[in-house]
Amino acid sequence: MNQIFYSETHEYARIDGNIAYIGISDFAQHALGNVVYVDMPETDDDITAGEDFGAVESVKAASDLIAPVSGTVIETNEELIDNPRLINEDAMANWIIKVEMSNPSELENLMNESAYKEFCKNESH
Amino acid sequence: MEETKKTCLHDKHLALGALMSPFGGFDMPIQYAGITEEHNAVRNHCGVFDVSHMGEVNISGPDAEKYVNHIFTNDITNAPDGKIFYGMMCQEDGGTVDDLLVYKRGHNNFLLVINAANIDKDIAWIEAQSEGYEIAIVNLCNILGELAVQGPESEKIMETVLGINCSNLEFYTFEEMLLDGEHILVSRTGYTGEDGFEIYATHDIIRKLWDQLIESGQCAPCGLGCRDTLRFEVGLPLYGDELDENITPIMAGLGFFVKLDKPEFIGREALARQKSEGSTKKIVGIELLDRAIPRHGYEVLAPDDTIIGHITTGYRGISVDKSIAMALIDEPYTKQGTELKVKIHRKLFPAIVTSKKFYKKSYKK
Repeated sequence: MNQIFYSETHEYARIDGNIAYIGISDFAQHALGNVVYVDMPETDDDITAGEDFGAVESVKAASDLIAPVSGTVIETNEELIDNPRLINEDAMANWIIKVEMSNPSELENLMNESAYKEFCKNESH
Repeated sequence: MEETKKTCLHDKHLALGALMSPFGGFDMPIQYAGITEEHNAVRNHCGVFDVSHMGEVNISGPDAEKYVNHIFTNDITNAPDGKIFYGMMCQEDGGTVDDLLVYKRGHNNFLLVINAANIDKDIAWIEAQSEGYEIAIVNLCNILGELAVQGPESEKIMETVLGINCSNLEFYTFEEMLLDGEHILVSRTGYTGEDGFEIYATHDIIRKLWDQLIESGQCAPCGLGCRDTLRFEVGLPLYGDELDENITPIMAGLGFFVKLDKPEFIGREALARQKSEGSTKKIVGIELLDRAIPRHGYEVLAPDDTIIGHITTGYRGISVDKSIAMALIDEPYTKQGTELKVKIHRKLFPAIVTSKKFYKKSYKK
């Protein structure tokens, strides 16, 4: 079963068993504009929930990526290196890193789809 | 905190849905459709910028020419009416007070166009240097608005949309004219590396011209976001990034606009010394070998990892598909081809020193 969770800093974690596919939400890509560079960690790097693990950059600004869950990076999305705009085309399909979670109970601190939708509604006001 | 100022087009930017942000004390449009789209509109077609935040000061009177030559690095002596000069006002130590345009309107009558962020500082400076000179200083900042119409199609659009024929106007010259009975000043100048014009007029006229340009559908509204990417790619400096009170025009590579053969101007001795002895730091172009983006303030390092300076402006180029920057670094590392490193987030990226002219200007000479 594929479940998606969101953080207040607009990263998502799409869950498949013990694996989390982490990227930025459609709301975030829209707010950011054209993505021109993605700064990613390397395979085997550990990431910690609440701490930054990279950045997505538009022409104007760099915006930190905050880990929604803790774990070990098992794959990075290499396609984003040469084609960062894939994030604008489909943010949900174009995850940034694939992480083996070390503490899946952290998912309880995140929002589900409907709670996140509500959250974004308030953010844009 | 001083209140944020608004240009005469502020409501129109909001109506167009622009992303607004403070710049130089004004609430300014950063982008409308997007920086990349607007950048490309100016490179390939035509765009219009609200640059009413820029400041205008008129200097006239029997000593006006002598006075402007005293505070300005370029040489305006015996210039023909209608000629424009780019240059700087410098401190005694050569540090830059501001970079500006001087328009020669007539005998002993000049219009100075200064940066928004420096308006108060510049006017205080201009007044402080005027003792003993018989001149009148008139601050026009709150009276005049300014539009920049830029891009290869700008001459055509000035004529067909606004009814202003500029085909005889040469680069860095201007004309004061009547448009439907109203006074306007039009110059062939800009800050994009493309052919283009700047129009100075009172607020009502600026609002009317803006509407005509936007309604024509042939001229994209452009924000300060792409103004920065456009000027950066052709190596033009921005005060606050490549020039400031600690960066002289010589350090910034702008020696061409410093006429040391003039008998006198403020900063001349310091600048002459720096030119003959060499400066300890210089602005250079830098190209990264990776896609990572160097941004203002990031550290630049020598091969042995000592810090030798910082990035002044950097982008993933839009017309040039490379990660490029201008940086202020120690002189021994400024030769083109020198290998350096730039610290971006947690990592060091290899880079080389290049020309600042990342993209070729296409002015109408």
